Amino acid sequence: MGFERPPYSRQADFGTPEVLSEQQVTLTIDGREVTVPAGTSVMRAVGECGGSIPSLCATDSVKAFGSCRMCLVEIEGMRGTPASCTTPVMPGMVVHTQTDKVARIRKSVMELYISDHPLDCLTCSANNDCELQDTAAEVGLRDVRYGYDGANHMGQADDVSNPYFAFEPDKCIACSRCVRACDEVQGTLALTIEGRGFESKVRAGQAEDTFLSSDCVSCGACVQACPTSALMEKSVMELGKPERSVITTCAYCGVGCTFRAEMKGEQLVRMVPWKDGKANRGHSCVKGRFAWGYANHQDRITKPMIRESVDLPWREVSWEEALSYTATKLNAIKAQHGPRALGGISSSRCTNEETFLVQKLVRAGFGSNNVDTCARVCHSPTGYGLSKTFGTSAGTQDFDSVMDADVVMIIGANPTDGHPVFASRLKRRLRQGAKLIVIDPRRTDIVRSPHIEAAHHLALQPGTNVAVMTAMAHVIVTEGLAAEAFIQERCEIDEYQDWARFVSDERHSPEVLEPVTRVPAAELRAAARLFATGGNGAIYYGLGVTEHSQGSSTVMSIANLAMVTGNIGRRGVGVNPLRGQNNVQGACDMGSFPHELPGYRHISGSAVRELFEADWGVDLDPEPGLRIPNMLDAALDGSFRALYVQGEDILQSDPNTHHVAAGLKAMELVIVHDLFLNETANYAHVFLPGSTFLEKDGTFTNAERRIQLVRKVMEPANGYADWEVTQELAKAIGLGWNYAHPSEIMDEIARLTPTFAGVSFNRLEAEGSLQWPVNEANPDGSPIMHVNGFVRGKGKFIVTDYVPTDEKTGPRYPLLLTTGRVLSQYNVGAQTRRTANNVWHQEDVLEIHPLDAENRGVKDGDWVRLASRTGETTLRADVTDRVAPGVVYTTFHHPATQANVVTTEYSDWATNCPEYKVTAVQVLPSNGPTEWQESYASWSEKSRRVARVPAE
Amino acid sequence: MDIERLTYMANQIARNLAPQGEAQATELTLQHLKDFWDPRMKAAILASDRSGLLPIARAAVDRLG
Repeated sequence: MGFERPPYSRQADFGTPEVLSEQQVTLTIDGREVTVPAGTSVMRAVGECGGSIPSLCATDSVKAFGSCRMCLVEIEGMRGTPASCTTPVMPGMVVHTQTDKVARIRKSVMELYISDHPLDCLTCSANNDCELQDTAAEVGLRDVRYGYDGANHMGQADDVSNPYFAFEPDKCIACSRCVRACDEVQGTLALTIEGRGFESKVRAGQAEDTFLSSDCVSCGACVQACPTSALMEKSVMELGKPERSVITTCAYCGVGCTFRAEMKGEQLVRMVPWKDGKANRGHSCVKGRFAWGYANHQDRITKPMIRESVDLPWREVSWEEALSYTATKLNAIKAQHGPRALGGISSSRCTNEETFLVQKLVRAGFGSNNVDTCARVCHSPTGYGLSKTFGTSAGTQDFDSVMDADVVMIIGANPTDGHPVFASRLKRRLRQGAKLIVIDPRRTDIVRSPHIEAAHHLALQPGTNVAVMTAMAHVIVTEGLAAEAFIQERCEIDEYQDWARFVSDERHSPEVLEPVTRVPAAELRAAARLFATGGNGAIYYGLGVTEHSQGSSTVMSIANLAMVTGNIGRRGVGVNPLRGQNNVQGACDMGSFPHELPGYRHISGSAVRELFEADWGVDLDPEPGLRIPNMLDAALDGSFRALYVQGEDILQSDPNTHHVAAGLKAMELVIVHDLFLNETANYAHVFLPGSTFLEKDGTFTNAERRIQLVRKVMEPANGYADWEVTQELAKAIGLGWNYAHPSEIMDEIARLTPTFAGVSFNRLEAEGSLQWPVNEANPDGSPIMHVNGFVRGKGKFIVTDYVPTDEKTGPRYPLLLTTGRVLSQYNVGAQTRRTANNVWHQEDVLEIHPLDAENRGVKDGDWVRLASRTGETTLRADVTDRVAPGVVYTTFHHPATQANVVTTEYSDWATNCPEYKVTAVQVLPSNGPTEWQESYASWSEKSRRVARVPAE
Repeated sequence: MDIERLTYMANQIARNLAPQGEAQATELTLQHLKDFWDPRMKAAILASDRSGLLPIARAAVDRLG
């Protein structure tokens, strides 16, 4: 049998973007008849019928530019040689792409390019992966009549300031693809071409800037677009051209970008966004594209470790000893204190199959329902609020839907930092003319950025979301802007009338609430009118909605607002929770909450419970289990004693660090299963090394309910994928699990979960991705929810009233602290802090308004003490008017700051999602770290000791 | 379990459900405790003197027992 080695190649490039049109056009290209959507370029039509036209300035991620003159063709009946990239197809058109005439022109143009280009192909980092080289080959270039000694643009200094890619101006052919990618794909507009002729040069930012100091956000779109090595990944410069690629899904945020992991053996060379990925459509951000170095970081622990007490150093042991030690302890605690003394936390960073196994281990193995996940501290109110109003916790749209939105309302979300690839799509729609309303205490980047300006920015007082939402509803109902026909047809009328009466009360008017919300009434009225009357209205929200004592109420009030304006059940509208972590949607779907089994079915339901009992061969506890904060409380009273934590760092991420530490310290057995000795591991007795997303198979489900495959590209450094570690632990405590591959776990999920009934690895391989529910009614998945009616039947308006938080400012704590994150770092920073992303954000800083800073004698860059009723920390001040007077802001990426030492235990009334966004604080000048920071640093260092075993 | 914290939680639930009317709010608070509270939390609030509970929360806890 013959064997043909599949050569590595870049993903196919059709030269100009795909056009979506119902109208089809048939034309003839080089004698071949081809039918394409109207509006398609001749260049793309050629590509779609298997041909190829040489080009340099065209790439299908950006609009046609028509500058390089390489793609000229002849078209019967048309004069001259039009550029195929800028010429749309016409019915009956007859195109000739390879004639003597165009061959001569192309070769001449190529001569000009090459006369001003270094001829160091053999040592160039783009060698054999260069479009200029390919084009020279295609046109048959054999000589350059102009020689190489004439005027040229060579001899310029390289810009290597960006940690991940270099700019070699000598290699630039001034095609503008990078500039256009930055404009059109990313939407940052950081690049331009300065100068003319031989002086033409790509410039990042202003004259004095480098790529690093400019506005460039290092998304990689320019590098991806560059046809030569002018913009090149440093990893490729170091390692050479990849030899194979594997499609997989990013493990950072909830956008769920798919990438080609380009490999040399087991060495990852680069991550390149996959054009066919339906979540990212070929785009990426600095994290997914470049920040994968943590996978092989020296801090990574690859051997299991145990210790009797957290005061002792760790001892490396074999997997057998670690699992046997852990199982013995678990079984003993269960025997002495009962199943409800044991619990687990599943990870939103792990796969669906892994989280499913963790909750199964807790339910079927430990015998309790004490399982929770990090959604507790982020989107648990979304699940509660949307299921009460719509009948399902599902976000209602896919990301593509935003391209049909006319008015976008962003509430408590910072998409350019938190969900950057979606933000780029959103910004594209805004540049096309959609209107923007931002409701946020801070002036986030999306409020005003190149070519974008929010029509309304409602800079509300933190903690008053429900008041603002109710005031908007008041305006819509009292001014007769409600979508009566939609409501009559789709919603419960009695509930609507009760709600409408409630919000119409004068006490909910913007004018009456202005002293509470601090939003000018006229501005709020204008925003409400715009949302109700501006066409398709889409709401996108984030943790600024959920992480409040009224998080669930705000979610319900958002759902009310979408229903009253008729903005549900079609493209361009909807309620869109922007979920934080890569698989937080999946972790919730997989039954990670203590009250419900996979598929959001309450544990008290005997029919559902019996289904699982029959499948798993065990009896399940019919009572709900403990949530994370309740686990910590119960640990302090001695009734909760053992915790298995997979891929979460609750000590750093959860509120009131002192309380978390005390709870963990009170437990008999804390098992941390992670890549690194994280902060939680300081209080752990067993450390089970974890695997990265590059080292396992499985699936992630993104914020649009899109289930996508994660594919193993290298062997786990620790020996086991995380699902295998959980399986080994299950076996060690006596469960007879025997999964050979994650696909078998997915088959079990599909068997037991109606919304996943049609999902399998084979199906995902064939389709690329599926959006749940995938069942008999929706065999191909559900991009848009509630199309023919709400999941619960009729939409339910729920009355929500503003209840002020109990976290009050006062003379001692006069400012309100709100927390969030930045583009370059991710969550607690466990991954991104171990990459070059630190160059953009090395420490958490405190944003404070100039007035508040001046009143305290604080200057930009000063150390300040940030104190609340709960605790205090120190960090540097960033004096800025992004925050309003009275509000300060910081991030929680760095353990040295431990921002959550300051946050409180106030939480959402329905779900206990912590109120991270509102903490009363004082800020005063400081000389250095607090006592807590110093003692914690010392404790942390001590706790991470690993005993040295003398060689025999 | 820390009874002060449980009392606070029950009252917070009741305060947020109160706008739906007393009878409905009591019913919803009761259901909420059944649906989301672990048995030891329910046992602890039932065993407390309930004096710190708001009327809606208290009525719900009374019916929980």
